[in-house]
Formats: sequence, C-alpha cells, structure tokens
Amino acid sequence: MLLLTCPYCGVEADETELSPGGEAHLKRFGPGASDEDFEAYLFLRDNPKGVHLERWRHANGCGKWFLAARCTSTLEVFGTYPAQTTRPPEDVLEAIRAKRPGWEMPA
Amino acid sequence: MSFRLREGGRLIDRSKVLRFAFNGASKKGFAGDTLASALLGANQMLMGRSFKYHRPRGVVASGAEEPNALMNLGKGAFFEPNQRATTTELYEGLEAGSQNHWPSLETDIGALNGYVSRFLPAGFYYKTFMAPRHAWKYLFEPFIRQSAGLGKAPEEGDGDRYEHFYMFTDVLVVGGGIAGLQAALSAARTGVRVLLLEQTADWGGRAVVDGTVIDGMPADAWVQATLATLSEMENVTIRARCMGAGIYDHGYVLGYERVADHTPQAGAPRHRLWKIRARQVVTATGAIERPLSFAGNDIPGVMLASAVRDYVVNFAVAPGKRTVVVTNNDDAYRTALALVAQGLSVPLIVDARPRGGGALAEQAARAGIAIRKGGAIAGVLGGKRVTGVKVCAMNGTDVTEVACDAVAMSGGWSPVVHLWSHCGGKLLWSEAEAHFYPDPALPPTNHTGAGFVRAAGISNGAMATSACLADAQSQGAAAGLAAGGNAVSDAPAAAEDLPAEPLQPVWLMPEGAPIAMREKAWLDFQNDVKVSDVQLAAQEGFESVEHTKRYTTLGMATDQGKLSNINGLAILSKALNEEIPQVGTTTFRPPYTPISMAAIAGEARGDTFQPLRQTPMHAWHDANGAYWEPVGHWRRPYCYQRGRETVEQAVSREVRNTREALGLLDASTLGKLLVKGPDAGKFLDMLYTNMMSSLKPGRCRYGLMCSENGFLSDDGVVARIDEETFLCHTTSGGADRIHAWMEDWLQCEWWDWNVYVANLTEQYAQVAVVGPNARTLLERLGGMDVSKDALPFMAWSDGTLGGFEARVFRISFSGELSYEIAVPASQGAAFWETLHRLGADLGAMPYGTEALHIMRAEKGFIMIGDETDGTVIPQDLGLNWAISKKKTDYLGKRAQARSDMVRDDRWRLVGLETLDGAVLPDGAYAVAEGNNALGQRRMIGRVTSTYHSPTLGRGIAMGLVEHGPERMGEVLEFPGTDGRVFKAKIVDPVFYDREGEKQDV
Repeated sequence: MLLLTCPYCGVEADETELSPGGEAHLKRFGPGASDEDFEAYLFLRDNPKGVHLERWRHANGCGKWFLAARCTSTLEVFGTYPAQTTRPPEDVLEAIRAKRPGWEMPA
Repeated sequence: MSFRLREGGRLIDRSKVLRFAFNGASKKGFAGDTLASALLGANQMLMGRSFKYHRPRGVVASGAEEPNALMNLGKGAFFEPNQRATTTELYEGLEAGSQNHWPSLETDIGALNGYVSRFLPAGFYYKTFMAPRHAWKYLFEPFIRQSAGLGKAPEEGDGDRYEHFYMFTDVLVVGGGIAGLQAALSAARTGVRVLLLEQTADWGGRAVVDGTVIDGMPADAWVQATLATLSEMENVTIRARCMGAGIYDHGYVLGYERVADHTPQAGAPRHRLWKIRARQVVTATGAIERPLSFAGNDIPGVMLASAVRDYVVNFAVAPGKRTVVVTNNDDAYRTALALVAQGLSVPLIVDARPRGGGALAEQAARAGIAIRKGGAIAGVLGGKRVTGVKVCAMNGTDVTEVACDAVAMSGGWSPVVHLWSHCGGKLLWSEAEAHFYPDPALPPTNHTGAGFVRAAGISNGAMATSACLADAQSQGAAAGLAAGGNAVSDAPAAAEDLPAEPLQPVWLMPEGAPIAMREKAWLDFQNDVKVSDVQLAAQEGFESVEHTKRYTTLGMATDQGKLSNINGLAILSKALNEEIPQVGTTTFRPPYTPISMAAIAGEARGDTFQPLRQTPMHAWHDANGAYWEPVGHWRRPYCYQRGRETVEQAVSREVRNTREALGLLDASTLGKLLVKGPDAGKFLDMLYTNMMSSLKPGRCRYGLMCSENGFLSDDGVVARIDEETFLCHTTSGGADRIHAWMEDWLQCEWWDWNVYVANLTEQYAQVAVVGPNARTLLERLGGMDVSKDALPFMAWSDGTLGGFEARVFRISFSGELSYEIAVPASQGAAFWETLHRLGADLGAMPYGTEALHIMRAEKGFIMIGDETDGTVIPQDLGLNWAISKKKTDYLGKRAQARSDMVRDDRWRLVGLETLDGAVLPDGAYAVAEGNNALGQRRMIGRVTSTYHSPTLGRGIAMGLVEHGPERMGEVLEFPGTDGRVFKAKIVDPVFYDREGEKQDV
C-alpha cells in the first residue's frame, strides 16, 4: 500500500486512490517508424530492480496523471512530478543520485 | 487427569459459572476462562486429532501458537471451523466440537493411518500418486479427501456483521505486555499520537504470570498503573482483543479486532478490521516457547512449560497431578515452582545442561524437587494420555521410568519476529539464545527510505526483564521522535533479574536418537511432521528451507509453524551440515494468525458489495417485468416479461413489435463524452480511425477507436455540436475507460493541445424510439420538425418535444426508422412514461438488450466484446470504410501496418447460415482437414455472435473465418460440445434490409 504525493493537488495519496500506468517517458512512434522503434515503443519495457520512473494517475482524486521516481526493491520514493515533461526535473534527479550514487537515466 | 484447583486463578471469576457444550456434552467453566482452560478444568485433555495420522492430540500451548486444539464453533449461520480453543474466550452457551475424526474423538478409524506411518513419509503424496493415473481418481483422491482436512466448511451464509475502521496514528505499538506498555508510554511522552493494540483481552503478557517485580511492585500492579496512566493521556488510544495482523508498505498496518467473539449475537459487529497508517510502528510482540523434540512429545499431556504455568496461574487449572519438567534453560524452572506452590507434585526436572540452571534451579532444589542434570527424555509412555516418561542421559544411556500424567517442556524462546519480517525486516541469529531476532541495521523501510518498524523488548531479543523494559523505553521514545515528537526526559521502569545459566541448544533428545525415536519425535503437531521427515527431505535433495516446507508440510496450515519452524530448520541445517542462519527461515507472511474472510469483506456484502448504477428509468423497468442483466456496474433490462411469457418468448415479441410497430429502448447507459476546445477536431482525428474534423455541426458519424496495438477498443456515434464541440458516444461499459484513455493522451502526450473532456454519461437520460411508427409518436409529442427533410438520417437537432428539452439524434442500431432522444436525467422517467402513454395505440413497447442484440445482428452490425476480443483489428471486420486513408496518423495506424496485421489469411467477418436453420453454439470453432503444429484439429474460424432471428424465423450468426469473405457460399463444419456437428454456409453478414432502406425513410 504505497503512499505517493500527487504533485497537482498535494495530497499524500494511498495506493487505493491511484492507478498505475507503467513506465514513464516513453517516446511515441507512429506511422513511418521502423519496426525496431515501434516494437521498442509498444512492447519493450525496463524492469529494473532499483530506480524506476513510472506513471501514476490520481484516479480516485484529482484525476491527474503524474510521474514518480521509485525504488522497486525498497519502495523508497525519490520524488513525484507532473507528467508534462520528457525527463525528470533536476531536484528529482538529484534526490535519486544522492540515494543511489552512480545511477544513470535509462536511454 | 487435568482439573480445577480449589483456589487462585488471576483471570477467572468463580462466582460466574458458564455452561458450554463440547461434542454435545454439557460442561462448566468460569467467566474469564478460555475454551481450552475450561476443557482442561473439566478433565478434557484430548481436544482433537492430527491431520495426517489422526493421532490423539491435547492442547500444547495457551495462546495464538496453539497447533492442536482447533474447534468447530457455533452452528448454522454462526458456525466457524478451525478456532483455537486457547484464544476463544468462554461464554454462556458456547458450542464447540473437535475436528478431524470419525466416528468420534475417542475412537477414530483414521488413526489406523498411524500404523502405516512408516509408509506415509515426507513426500508420500508426490511419490505415490505419479502412477497409475486412474488410481488417483478412484483410489487415492477419495481416500485423501476422507482422511485429510481440518474443520468443516460452513454451510450457511455468515449471520454476523463485520466492519472496517480507518485510523491514522504517529506511533503504533503492537503488543500489550510490559514492553508494549513501556514503549507506548515513552512514545506518548514525546507528545505524538499513539495507538496501542493487544491481541488478548488482558494486559501484561508473561510478566504478570511469572511474578516479576517492576518498580518495586508486582507486575500486575505496575501493568494496571501504567494502563491507567495511558488511559488518561489524550494522545493515546488503547484497544484490547485487537491483533496487529500484518505490516505492509509505507506504514500500512492491518489490525484485527475481535469485538464480539466473546459476546456473540449481542448486536455488536463480530470483527472489525483496522486499516491503520502509522508513521512508526513498535512491535512488542514477545516470544513463543519452543517444544523439545523427543519420542512421544505429541501425546496429550505433553505441553509447553509456559502454557502449564499459564493454566495454573491464570485459570487455576492443573494439567496433571504429577508433572515432569524437561528443559534446556532456566525459565522452565518457574513452571516447577508454580506447580509446587499449588501443592502439585513435580517428581523430576530433567535439565539437558550438564551444569544445570542458575538461581531458579537453586530455588527448585530448595523446594525439594529432584533435578537430573544432563538428562533427556527417551520416550513418553501412554496413548491418549501421558502415563509416564522414560528418562535417560543426553547420550541415551541409563534409562529409568518416572510415572507422571503431564510433561512440561521448554526448548527456549523464539522472539515473535513475524510483524518485523512482513515488510522486509531482516534477522540475525543469536548463538547464545539459539533464536532469530531483528537486525536493527536492516529494518523495513518506508517511502523516505528510513526504517519505520522497531522491535522492542523480548521480541527484539532483550530476554531479561530489566533489559526488556530498557529496550522498550528506548524504542518507544525513538519511535516518538521519528514520528515528530519532542525529546523529553524519560526513564524505563526498573526490574531486577535473577542470575541465570545460559541456555543450551537442544534440537533432538537424546543425542543420536535412533530412527525408532525420530519417527515419534514430532516437529509440527498440526501437520504431523516428524524429525525423520525433515531428515528424509534433506536426504532427497530438498536443501532450500522453502522446498523442505512444501515437501514435508512443515510449518503449513493454520498455525504456520509458530512452534515448529525453528526446530525444523535446526534439524534441516544439521542434516545439511550447515549453520542455522545459512539455512535461513521461510518467509513470514501476514496475517500473524488467520483472520476471518468476513472481516476482510467488511460491509461489502449483499447490496453494498459494489455500487449499482441505475438509469433514471430503473424503477419503471423493475415495475414492468424487467429481467435484469448486469452491464458493467449498470443493470439493464434483458427483456420485459409479460404474463407467463418465457424470456425467449418476450425477446421474440420485442423484436417483432419493434420491426413492425414501435419499440422503446432505455439507452441511458451509453457513454456520453463531451470533447471541447480549439483542438478538439485534431484530437478526435487521432483517437478515431476515421476523420472526425470534417464532420459538419448538426451531423453524426459512426467511429472506431483502436489501441496503439491497432486492436479495436470501442465504437460509437460522434455528433458535432459546434465548431469546437463534439459529443462522443461510447459503449455502455466503456465510458469510464474511454474517458480515462482520452485524459491519458491529453495529459501525457499532447498536453499542449487545447481540449477539455467531460463525462456527461449520467447527466442525460437517452431513449431510442424505434420502428415504423417512431416518427408518428414524435409528431404527436410535438415541438420539433422530425421529418426526413428537416432531420435526415445521421443528423441531430436540439429542441423541445412535448415540453421536454431534448436533443434528437437520427441514428439507428436496429435498421429501423429510429430516433435517439437525450433529455436531462431528471426528466428521464417522465419522458419515458410520456412516450409510452402517447404511443400506446401505436404499439409502443419497451425492448431490452437481447432484442437490441438480435436486431443489430440481423443488420450485421458488430458489437464490441462479441466480434472483438482484443485481438481483432477493424480491417478484420470489413470496416475499412470507417478507416481514413487521408490521415497521416491515428492511434493504432502504425500497428495496423505490422506484417501480422496485413497477412491475407487473417480471420475475417462473415455471416453464417446453418443449413437446417438451427442456432450455432456461441463460440463454436470451424474445423478443416488436417492438424496444427500441436497435433490438434486445424481450426479456421469461430462464431462471434449467434441468435435465433424472430424476423427471419431461423438461426443467424456472425463469425471470423480464414479468408472468409472470399469463400461465400462455402459450407463449414462447427463441432458442438455435445458431439453434434453443425453445418453452416458462409454468407453476407447483413441478413436484413441489405440496402438500408428502412432506416432512411
């Protein structure tokens, strides 16, 4: 039963208020994309033991999608941030690196 | 014999006699008794039969760890199996029955299994039932079903009431012994909110039984004083009879309160499930005594030393007149002293340690009790009751017999680390105490990465009273600080400890016991696992403790090995020649002890199980013969039965009436999503496969939505309201899903597009007015021009109809002249009734979802969920006309260009017409010659929709068939499940009014 803070409404939300949406920061490939790019977009997902950037929706709350940086092993949450970005904000990256030195943003 | 002492018993009230029944026989106990203590007081030591060999079993423990004394409790709607007698508080009229025996507890045929126990070793099931295969069905399964299993399954619904309770606290303390009380007090002194839970009805844990002195007063007095102090603190909440059941992620804890188990049917909810969020948790859960492994240690009368003490001190019940104590530590001497203090005989204390014990041993010696140092038990005499023990030296020699009727055993104490471990806390092994205890460096961590659970007192390995209180004080205060409290001066309560000799680990007695003894030395009483079984498992290669557990059943079932696990893995580690910590423990999973299924369900049962969505016309349907069908959370009328009509007759009547006169459908459940904004057209062009931005205001267009996989996901009619506004109809079950889908794309991908989506599904009631008389009815209502010229097919218009504010869509899902009319939800019922009143002489009748389905199938219209199953693309359904070729992109377009999607042998939609007019079975497969790669008959298609068409008087169906549209006229074979083979011809899927003339009049 995770606790994640919704960056929109500020509520520290119980997992029962949230619905998960898988890996964050996927780049959409549409018509004209190569089979490799399209396969990666549609099917290939990171499954790290450790830091994971992921999508959550405050479904039973304000309804907004947001992103979270979380450790899949210890369940530590390094930060949550709005979904309207292609990479995590600097403060979240710093929080991750402080706790997990050497961590690199997945390509 | 076991019996009630004349005096004493700190928990019982002798002035209140309670009558209860055990296996139908009337017995008496006192208020304050547990069922176990009352049975012992009535000389009922035999309380059950074991799982596998049906051996007679007595009570072993006095609390949550009890493996044997499991009872069927209550009857009828208040029946529950597998209830521990040791944790069941006695009440007037209690009805209990022992389990797992036939015909009776005293004489059990299944006990014959015991005589063949040599042939039922570990893994017996896996080895024996491999072959022959039919022997399983006719021989082994009936035999096992007859002999295995614990309690009976209830036969009625649960007659009790249960509830959930939500709680937020800064510090949660689990356990109401002296450590829990001290920790709660120290945490509360920091000023934070504290919740203290105790699983039993009384407080103080072991200290109040053992005569401990705290702050210069008897433990009982200190416990009462501390409770009083805590009760007066505004920031403290206290609950007895409430177990900390499990600790989960980020400080989520389940509490299980047995509110009314001891006052049944008095009106209170039986159980209450506490859903707790705690910043910090202190587990002060104490320790559980370990049995010793010796031959015959399961014979009724052999009990844990601490349990014997509990029964004597708390309930004034003696398990026997002559009790032999066997131990490897000082604590069990307390039992000998407690028995002697009550005038009971202790003929011998067998101490496995060559040097014997410390100060308590000296007290025992002074009390005149014989002590055999370096001794062991070579065997227990007796069958259904202990009659004596064979005592020997630790090496097995020098055997003498001692007559006795009870044995009190102690193999040391294991901290209760369950809650610590539930959410990932790690353990260390103590050589000195031979037990696992929490590793303070590796606690369960919360969302900030910090530890949020602290163990305190004996559950943290602080075994002596002074150390236990000091540890509890420091853990409680630290938890308070970590939860936001203030540092205050605080000190633990003081206690003096007796000098003690260290424990000596003993995992099997005597040392090097021969197989005949090991086969009678029980590790797990509940599952009949012996020392020899674990050794056999190791010998056969089950080296992981988790595998050994599954192979032998060690530590399974209702007690989850609370008594057996450490002893079992010690035996395993010896057999593997490894150290105990290297072998490790099995995983501790919540709940700590079983909790009722009904408590988990709480109030969510019957009508409140889940919300029921009702349209504004729901009550009318209910009053007019609706035969209900669940559609998502909605209920929709499947049909409306009149008089003595069957469902099939009603459906046929509704179809014919709609096609011939006038049908009315409550279509309110259809999803209605308003999509608005300057970029709304662009957005819908991405969501739908066809072009929506070119739709003219005032017009409607049928559209398809696909997932990024290209698979068809939803469909419906889109109406353009104005330049910036579209109203998208979705399927009844799809409204919330499609709304969320739109939000996902708008928020996460095209967040710079100016579009807003609102779900208006429940704001409007919607009625389909269908059939040749539809226009006549609307003209009678008046207020709008609904002629073909003013409102042509696939147009919509706003206005008033018979005084109702209405939006009228000229769309048809039946192939008939049809109007779908939306009115404000609050007007829905009135509008519906008006239509029926004014349309009566035009033949107006309501029709349900089945008539809707049949009429759409007659027209060859697809249905999401019938023709689609998440693997079907629009092209499979011949819907290419609804896929824009002009658009450069839409969701699913790239996927529909994948090689697998453009294969020419994909199964495609066709109509199917049986040669004899029969109705094809739903989901039936079409077969062709030859076999597939797996050697199965080759399949070339399947039925997706199949009905009896009242209009055509025969079966019609749609299906997906390999090369289907190119095989018109071909006859396929569809084997049914009853051996019959259906033959059906491939035809056009439109069975009725192929030219669409009827809907466009």
